[in-house]
Amino acid sequence: MMTEKDFPDAGFDTVQLVPKAQAREALSFLKNELGFNVLVDHTAADLSKWPEAKEGRFELTWRLMKLDPKTGLVERRLALKTRVAEGEDGPPSSKDLWPNADWAEREVWDMFGVKPSDNPSIKRLLLYEEFKGHPLRKDYPIAKRQPLVEPMAAPRERIDPKELRPKLVDS
Amino acid sequence: MIPQEIRDTQNQGDFSLGKKQVVIAPAQGREHRSYYLNMGPQHPAMHGVIRLLLELEGEKVLDADVEIGFLHRAFEKHAETEVWNNVIPWTDRLNYVSPLINNVGYCMAVEKLSGLTVPERGQFIRVIASEISRITDHLTCVGASAMELGAFTVFLYMIEGRELLYQCVDKLTGARITTSYTRVGGVKGDLPAGYDEMVLGAFKKIRALLKDVDGLLTKNRIFMDRVNDTGTLSAADALAYGVTGPFLRSTGVPYDVRRAQPSLVYDRLDFEVPVGSKGDNMDRYLVRMAEIEQSMRIVEQCLKLIPPGPHSLEEKELIEANVMVDEGKKGMTGKLWDMRANVDPTLEGGGRGCASGVQAAAPAYNLPTKEETYGSIEGLMRHFEIIMWGRGIRPPKGESYAAVEGGNGELGFHIYSDGTDRAYRVRCRPPCLYIMTALPKLIIGGSVADIIPTFGSVNMIAGELDR
Repeated sequence: MMTEKDFPDAGFDTVQLVPKAQAREALSFLKNELGFNVLVDHTAADLSKWPEAKEGRFELTWRLMKLDPKTGLVERRLALKTRVAEGEDGPPSSKDLWPNADWAEREVWDMFGVKPSDNPSIKRLLLYEEFKGHPLRKDYPIAKRQPLVEPMAAPRERIDPKELRPKLVDS
Repeated sequence: MIPQEIRDTQNQGDFSLGKKQVVIAPAQGREHRSYYLNMGPQHPAMHGVIRLLLELEGEKVLDADVEIGFLHRAFEKHAETEVWNNVIPWTDRLNYVSPLINNVGYCMAVEKLSGLTVPERGQFIRVIASEISRITDHLTCVGASAMELGAFTVFLYMIEGRELLYQCVDKLTGARITTSYTRVGGVKGDLPAGYDEMVLGAFKKIRALLKDVDGLLTKNRIFMDRVNDTGTLSAADALAYGVTGPFLRSTGVPYDVRRAQPSLVYDRLDFEVPVGSKGDNMDRYLVRMAEIEQSMRIVEQCLKLIPPGPHSLEEKELIEANVMVDEGKKGMTGKLWDMRANVDPTLEGGGRGCASGVQAAAPAYNLPTKEETYGSIEGLMRHFEIIMWGRGIRPPKGESYAAVEGGNGELGFHIYSDGTDRAYRVRCRPPCLYIMTALPKLIIGGSVADIIPTFGSVNMIAGELDR
């Protein structure tokens, strides 16, 4: 069980690292118990070239904010981090907590190749589906070119657009 | 009743027009047919490349999917390949309607990591530049949305106002859009002579133009019918989707980065945070119009309060070149790294032999001014010492996140430094990315015609959305 003491407040630049297995539980706790109502940003970094060796190649960050809707003032900010080893999936999706996490997770998948463990058929966000590789990984060369010369591989008629469409979350 | 065989043929779909017809709810002898329609990526009423896949029943939007990425330029990847200062020109291209705010945001993240504090005058100049940029952003947004609703006169008025401000930006930075004005540790140069009169004169004309626009739009029946109660988002939904900026304020949440986490000199300035109540297109229009006025107030206060002094980080201690040479001869080289030689700009006579001494100033964070770079060999060398690969500034190892209030909301830069001459990772948190995640929620249930004002008031800028 998590308690409030697990997440000490050290100002707006608070950073907290949790193991991957606890990340989803920590996010639920922060949203539902501690009242972090805004997911400011969710992103990742590839630590494979970082000077000190770190456990797990990818560092996932959820930047959370506790905002008072009446006064518009920020009560707390917290960046929750977790590390994911190469070839592994990330923690389960948090789009049921904050609906904008859906696109952020798609971008992390697109750029780093880390997807939520409960979303195996995740779509890319910025690049096209035929793109090979994940460009923000450190081993993707900056000068590499991938011109899309062929028409889109999947014939449009055979796909029901309803299947392509992400589920809309009501809140 | 439509015979079963006809219904069957319709169920098979009609691809001849590139759209698929499906029966979704045959009821009481009537057929409700929905079909799919692509809106964009190139559409005259959608400023910016984005594709909306709509499921329509007649004109009613039943469902929508948003596809982005058509303007992806790998900003974050490029930023890892160049030295810290050389990333600033790329930030211009993020939100190209308010580039100065992006410049400020990126530099603030690097300065936060390096522990630098910009001199007061530099902070005031940054605020002035940001607020002028914010006004151009709002003028463009309101003008373009109004034009899409048929109010072409408003568009011309707003663009005239924006042009006046672009001239101010041009005078300040030397460019209208690709400004690249800030530097790590300060700004490119001081305010030009007579800048107060130029800006205040522009504001006077803009206030007159805004009054005209207000008269043309705010009580206009045609405009009101299009924007009232369309594209409504509740405050709770806006927070859940991570919406910030004028969009969030239109729903009644007075969150403004300038007020909630004052950076630069915003805590000393008197300004209001306008809020709406319903979160519809009308509120977003009114909030933006009110914010233009508040931004002009901020700039006016800054021009009054701005103190004299240096605009960038203080130079390292300036000593005479011959003194520096003497110190070096005595073996006191350690402290020379904190000093800079005062040499003859023309490098004639005795000054020439001391040119090598200027390298002592290279560890300074600030770039020399363009006049120095082009006018003296020392300036040129110091310039290259900061710009060349393998040289340049080296923020300490670590990470930082700095946020500024961009034209559309919280613009954040999250940077990692591994202690080398270039960034390990730069993440830009573009405000309109998360507004776009809420777009399906805004347009579903409305008609196709409502998409135009809603999308206009979202103020999507593809440059920062796709990076």
